[in-house]
Amino acid sequence: MSAKSPFDEMRAADGSIRPHYQAHAEWLKSQQPDFLQQKQREANALYTRLGITFAVYGDESGDERSIPFDIIPRIIRPAAWKIISDGACQRVRALNAFLKDVYNDQEIVKAGIMPASQFTGNPAYRAEMKGVQLPGDVYVHIAGVDIVKTDEGQFYVLEDNLRTPSGVSYVLENRKMMMRLFPDLFSRMPVAPVDHFADDLLENLRAVAPPQASQPTVVVMTPGAHNSAYFEHAFLAQQMGVELVEGQDMFVANDIVYLRTTEGPQRVDVIYRRIDDDFLDPLAFRPDSALGVPGLFSAYRAGNVNLANAIGTGVADDKSTYLYVPKMIEFYLNEKPIIENVPTYKLSDPEDLAYTLKHLPELVVKEVHGSGGYGMLVGPTSTKEQIAEFRKLIEKNPKNYIAQPTLALSTCPTFIDSEIVPRHVDLRPYVLAGREVTLVPGGLTRVALNKGSLVVNSSQGGGTKDTWVLEDQSC
Amino acid sequence: MLSRQANNLYWMSRQIERAENTARLLDITYRMSLLPYRVTDEERAWAEPWALPLVINGLAKEYYADNPGPVTSDKVLRFMVLDNTNPSSIYSLMRAARENGRSMRGLLTTEMYEDLNAMWLELRSRSLTALSNGGINEFFEWIKTQSHQFRGVTVGTMLRDEAYQFIRLGTFMERADNTVRLLDVKYHTLLPSADEVGGAVDYYQWSALLRSVSALSAYRRIYRDVITPKRVAELLLLHEDMPRSLHACMNEIYEILGDLCKKESMEPERLAGELHAQLHYGRVDQIMEVGLHEYLMEFLEKLHTLGAELNQNFLVPVFEPETKSSQTQSQSQGATQKQSA
Repeated sequence: MSAKSPFDEMRAADGSIRPHYQAHAEWLKSQQPDFLQQKQREANALYTRLGITFAVYGDESGDERSIPFDIIPRIIRPAAWKIISDGACQRVRALNAFLKDVYNDQEIVKAGIMPASQFTGNPAYRAEMKGVQLPGDVYVHIAGVDIVKTDEGQFYVLEDNLRTPSGVSYVLENRKMMMRLFPDLFSRMPVAPVDHFADDLLENLRAVAPPQASQPTVVVMTPGAHNSAYFEHAFLAQQMGVELVEGQDMFVANDIVYLRTTEGPQRVDVIYRRIDDDFLDPLAFRPDSALGVPGLFSAYRAGNVNLANAIGTGVADDKSTYLYVPKMIEFYLNEKPIIENVPTYKLSDPEDLAYTLKHLPELVVKEVHGSGGYGMLVGPTSTKEQIAEFRKLIEKNPKNYIAQPTLALSTCPTFIDSEIVPRHVDLRPYVLAGREVTLVPGGLTRVALNKGSLVVNSSQGGGTKDTWVLEDQSC
Repeated sequence: MLSRQANNLYWMSRQIERAENTARLLDITYRMSLLPYRVTDEERAWAEPWALPLVINGLAKEYYADNPGPVTSDKVLRFMVLDNTNPSSIYSLMRAARENGRSMRGLLTTEMYEDLNAMWLELRSRSLTALSNGGINEFFEWIKTQSHQFRGVTVGTMLRDEAYQFIRLGTFMERADNTVRLLDVKYHTLLPSADEVGGAVDYYQWSALLRSVSALSAYRRIYRDVITPKRVAELLLLHEDMPRSLHACMNEIYEILGDLCKKESMEPERLAGELHAQLHYGRVDQIMEVGLHEYLMEFLEKLHTLGAELNQNFLVPVFEPETKSSQTQSQSQGATQKQSA
């Protein structure tokens, strides 16, 4: 890590409060010391009682836990939000264009920018999708773009999540919680609302219904109550006012998808599916899938139903494709990337590999297809033994890894053990694409609760914060 | 509503009702086992009091596969109460009911879910040793009370919507089935020998049967006379004021299906109406003429046909041509058994 201390979003280098945190800092100062503690306890109790939980994979007990919630909001200036918002939308537009290209004319290969093997060799590539025409040419309808900040105005995209990104329920629940705990704060500060997310999502999903559907029926499809994100599936269905369905609730006849209801078959037009490609249709993909709907893919190909996100979007969000996104932005949109990629070493390249192996203690190494903070090494915070062990893994299969310099993620004030201390954060805004590409002002701020830790994943000691985008242009 | 939701709710209430009826049955078996009579004829060994709950619930085969040797109270109780490998034990039924309720939590009221969950947590903490030591009667009473309570909470807190209708439908479909089974097996297989018809044992058994469906005092109030099989049959089949009688169950089922069948001439409503009319206009003399057993078996078959029609029309409808997977589905009882999928 660089010797320079990380960028503190609340305090400037001289210790003064930055303008957009001023109102909140004043409010904080006027509170009794044990008031915050009491509010934190209240928040914890509420989250447990409301059953807002996730299951931890690899945890033998299989218990559900609540993700720790921090009661100090992360506050973002309008100017900074404009960069994040424009940058994330730009990326999603480029990635959608890329997906359309991959499954159709492959202009990007013809232009010599990317070899076809980059996607055809990817396990998430679906040859079945070649030539399938989708409403509005939209492949990714909901994207989570992970963004970090390292300095004033300096943002990087860490990764794109284009399959079934989760976490948006926390954006909405965290806001509800803050309004419940600190209603007076909202009257002091112009915080942009986020509650219309579900309406926007539903409108987007309706916009990409097959053109023949005049009153499209939208459903949320879940793998079931045992999935780690089941709470979110149920939450989104309820917020949108649509049915939460499992594979067994649907059937296909003559390439048309129907729901089994107590009043007979009911036609389905758009499925917001929170289930992986592999499990969608046992006739087209994994034959042992009991979670899917036989014949769904055929109905999809025939244009009688739409899926969000599309099948095969995984080719665009793995960590080796990530390297090409800035080029995609230039190629498809003819624009300069608004937010940069983190400089990345591809370990399939011998030069990059040699450099990485020499500098392991300074780098972050990730699996190309890994996610959720599993299978990664954070050099600066790892022991010599951990580094040595990871070195062996890399040497065994270098292709499987990428490396990045350890970024000095910005910190935000966080309430820990009755004190307010800086902790590292990242941000996942949720981009919606349908008739147009939009996002609600805010997103999921994840915070590494352990001192000095840079890993924000909930499975690895991370928590969440409410994210406040200010509407007042003066700060 | 989605068929799966209706199916899970329907089975949730069937499972609770079945657990209650199993407790009633075991309770009465226990009381009868205290009588000083034993079956000496080996060919009628299955008429041992402790074999009866197995015969009535059609579980004899499963039981003997796991429990060779003579039927004993301990073994039967273990099998029927806390055996988690027997899907029809009280333990398994309550687990399945709770799982079905949990998966449909959004459709239940908070009170209902809390009640269901608390019931399951307490049951889970009970052991067989504690049961035999602490008084098995107390345990059966507890199960009955829990079932009464859940029904009460349901009626007292739930919106009268489709979900409510399917929950009620499950209760009465299961209760009708149980009443038929109970009446049939008692009538035909109870006595150690034909000579004892009308004897003390006979009397005790009929009164035990009535007590098992909470009908003994009602019998006394209505007939004010000795207990005879014909009157017991009349009370439990035709008396619509008797809450566990077939007539009372069919009243409820017919009414619910009248609401649920929105299209004209739907088969479930027609079938329920036929069964209802049969009980509404039936005479006990005619039933006895046909033979109670024959009458009950025919009724049970029609009840199963009605169950199959409910599956086809509401719970696990089959619309598509490939029927193979759907058939396995219709046998499953809501959420728990689908988990393995």
